[in-house]
Amino acid sequence: SQFTKLLVPVNLISAPTSDTLCLCLTHTHTPFLTCFNSYLPVCVSGATGSGSSLIHVVRKDEDIYSPILRKLFNESHHIFVGLQTIREDLPSKNKKPQFVSISKSYRSVIRACMEELQQVSILLAIELIWNLCEVLFIDAVPAGSLLLHLLDWVRLHKADVDEKAREVLQSESPVEHHGYWDVVVSYVLQGRLEEARQMLAKQAAQQYADKNMYKLMDNLLSKMPVYNPGSIHTLTEFDVKWRHWHEEVDRCLQDKSFASNVHLELICKILVGDEDTLLEHKELLSTWYHFLVTRLLFAHPTIKPTELHYYAQSCMAMFLDSRSAPETLDSILLAAFDFDIHQVIKDCSIALNNWWFVAHLTDLLDHCKLLQSHNLHFGSNLREFLLLEYASGLFNHHSLWQLAVDYFDHCPEFGRVYLELHIERVPLDTERKALKVLRICEQRQMPEQVRSICKIMAKRALRNNRLGSALSWSIRAKDAAFATLISERFLQDYCTRGTFSDLDLIDNLGPAMLLSDRLTFLVKYHEFHKLYGEKCFTEAAKLLLSLITAKIAPRSFWMTLLTDALPLLEQKEVSQTHPHLSLGLCDITQPYL
Amino acid sequence: MESTNAKYVSQKISKTRWRPVSSSALQQPHIFATGSWDNEDNKISIWSIGDHGLPGMEDELEGDPQLLCEYRHDGDVLDLQFLDQDRIVTASSTGAVTIFHHHQNSQTISVARQWARAHRNPCDNAPCTGVVCNSPEIVTVGEDGRIILFRADQEGAVRIIENADSNSIHAVTFLRTTEILTVNSIGQLKLWDFRQQSSSPSQILSLTGDRVPLHCVARHPNQQHIVATGGQDGMLCVWDVRQGNTPFSLIEAHSAEMWEVHFHPTNPDHLFTCSEDGSLLHWETASHSDMPSFLQGGRNNSMISRSAMAPAGGNQSLISAWLAGDSGKGRLETTHMLPSQTLSVNSLDVLGQCLVCGTDEEAIFVNRQVPV
Repeated sequence: SQFTKLLVPVNLISAPTSDTLCLCLTHTHTPFLTCFNSYLPVCVSGATGSGSSLIHVVRKDEDIYSPILRKLFNESHHIFVGLQTIREDLPSKNKKPQFVSISKSYRSVIRACMEELQQVSILLAIELIWNLCEVLFIDAVPAGSLLLHLLDWVRLHKADVDEKAREVLQSESPVEHHGYWDVVVSYVLQGRLEEARQMLAKQAAQQYADKNMYKLMDNLLSKMPVYNPGSIHTLTEFDVKWRHWHEEVDRCLQDKSFASNVHLELICKILVGDEDTLLEHKELLSTWYHFLVTRLLFAHPTIKPTELHYYAQSCMAMFLDSRSAPETLDSILLAAFDFDIHQVIKDCSIALNNWWFVAHLTDLLDHCKLLQSHNLHFGSNLREFLLLEYASGLFNHHSLWQLAVDYFDHCPEFGRVYLELHIERVPLDTERKALKVLRICEQRQMPEQVRSICKIMAKRALRNNRLGSALSWSIRAKDAAFATLISERFLQDYCTRGTFSDLDLIDNLGPAMLLSDRLTFLVKYHEFHKLYGEKCFTEAAKLLLSLITAKIAPRSFWMTLLTDALPLLEQKEVSQTHPHLSLGLCDITQPYL
Repeated sequence: MESTNAKYVSQKISKTRWRPVSSSALQQPHIFATGSWDNEDNKISIWSIGDHGLPGMEDELEGDPQLLCEYRHDGDVLDLQFLDQDRIVTASSTGAVTIFHHHQNSQTISVARQWARAHRNPCDNAPCTGVVCNSPEIVTVGEDGRIILFRADQEGAVRIIENADSNSIHAVTFLRTTEILTVNSIGQLKLWDFRQQSSSPSQILSLTGDRVPLHCVARHPNQQHIVATGGQDGMLCVWDVRQGNTPFSLIEAHSAEMWEVHFHPTNPDHLFTCSEDGSLLHWETASHSDMPSFLQGGRNNSMISRSAMAPAGGNQSLISAWLAGDSGKGRLETTHMLPSQTLSVNSLDVLGQCLVCGTDEEAIFVNRQVPV
């Protein structure tokens, strides 16, 4: 089996019953995890009432996928965002081709990843399931076309026929190659009758004795009616034609026209849809769903979607050994043939250890309006639940957290809350990263998070004695308290060193200086010193007076200010030209001198 | 315009740079380097898009970048420049400045020299945010507000300007061989002259009363006084550094941070910008005059949101031509270079007819038929 099961006792978030699907998650730190290094889906099994239930934790065996899966996540993110922006007001018949095209885009991304990986088992399964869902749910083709799409589906996932055919054709004598008849039969089983005819022609060219038999077979193969959705003939007319042909094939059997050639007789039996013959070729069919499609091709080509499940059940039962239980994949496909979308999603959620597949598929199905609102116990709908879980996993990744933001954006009920909680936990190693995170918060009006991030950066700057940087961050955070703190540090620095630092900042604060009283004081005090230095004593005096009277100076600075006032009083410019200024300064300084 | 396809590379790209082509060769570039960020293991990588085939040949597959070699990088690659054909200098979020050597014969990379804590803070790392080269000189700037001058062949720093800036310096470029320009997180453009011994800038320019952080700066290839900057508000500013304190032009280019701005090196009527808003824009003057429209100053009628004052002593005839509403002159054409909006485009580089850029969606785009 491609999945390994471990039995581990795990703490649950809420108590489950054995009947409900409990999609609760725990954070583990075991080393075998893939690039989602935080959680695994779990399901509860075990009888109700038992004291401690054991949990099946399902995981993949190999952990080699990470860099390739990243491409999957990034590319599918791009497709996801594009899907969300399809205009709602288009009529549904215009939207369906777009949805099918998006489904194909997702699938091509999966296939691109498959090409890069050595081991493709899980992606192959995902693509198989998705493809079937596209045929049955998204494209939702009616009878007639349905079989053609199913044939395409089977052919896409059974590529080894072409390999074998190449091998046979490249050999010295293809008709004598041991695999020759296997190839012919495989072509017929897949409904690739043209190619079967071409292969048979090689045999026919060398068989003078059975020439007529080969001609007859060729004739039968060439005449099989194939439904053409674009033709003017209705399904009923096609059905009639097909029955005629079927009867002709049957007659050949009854007449024992091919009795002397065991291979051609076999092919004839396949064409007539004989179940036992088909089952004799389990190896060539290799899966029950190939058997299903082949059986339908040669027995019920006009099958309706609603009739599928009956045939699927019986084919699976016939094909599989009664001893072995159906695998996970089989149940999922069966649920799809049953048109039980919710069961498909549920089973996939359990079987696959990350949410990528179910989240994207469910989202697409929801856009196609195929999911009824399926309320879970905390009230969100299924699509949103899966997207939230997927995105939460992305957020735990050191790099892919940026993708998660868009997913949260499109979860109307809880997305914002999730984003608010997660965004604050993104580690901020550089200013550039902090700016990106801030952009995300500011675009979504999250002032709390903005403040918190700026505060973190301000504190870090302060810790490293980068006062200018700390001040800038405080201003951006509109954090008056921190701005005050930093201004006091600046002022302390001035007291110890006698000069101001970071003048390029202080001189250019502009209106930002009004954020805090202390900051305003710092700027104005420096301005005072500048004026004094430029010998603009009047201006300096005015400024100093206003600084003192405005009472925005810290206590520790009063003495300094008063001391600064003294030399001004001695300046002729002040005392003589502006006596009221001088008086004012005297008044204030007098009590303290 | 040829469609540009994304190549997904499983790492967020912070920087892309073309390897310089020798001017005599008249070739189009075909090798570029990228740096990653936000990974547990960051890398620098060297890619090839193959030699150009015959013109008109269907070369979509050949345009697909192929990885030649890569090397682990400690910390985010915050800046990356080619020192010469074989050597690349990177600026790291750890504060380190490293010279990597690309061995073309074996397609391997090795570390030629590293200054491990070139930029540093007392308690934490101080990321080195920008590096610019004029072989053998290397100038770096960082969040510690330092400017450091190195020489590739010398072990210690040649000169360190401590506390050059009270805030983080975001980018640096050469104005002349002995002068550099830096931009910082409070919207100031500072000119430094290495011939002077002081640790103060020789000139400071900024939009009056504006503290919008600047992230990138680029100098016009031919006219050394013309400089373009981009910042947090996505505004593209063009300055004349001789003219004083206000930019010549202000253009609302992007709706989020502009991360890089580049004049086309041989065809400077063309300008390229990329942004956090996921777009990469190609600016082309449609003016018939000799001077590109965005150098003519004043308002760009279609886009501007705030006034640009006429610089003192500016060329009156040009400005009045612009403001006179003469639609024949001064039209600026903008083209989106990427097929659809993505996550942030962090970096771009343009050389000849080739453009390369990298995004936060872990994709690289190459366009080999840029209309310049």
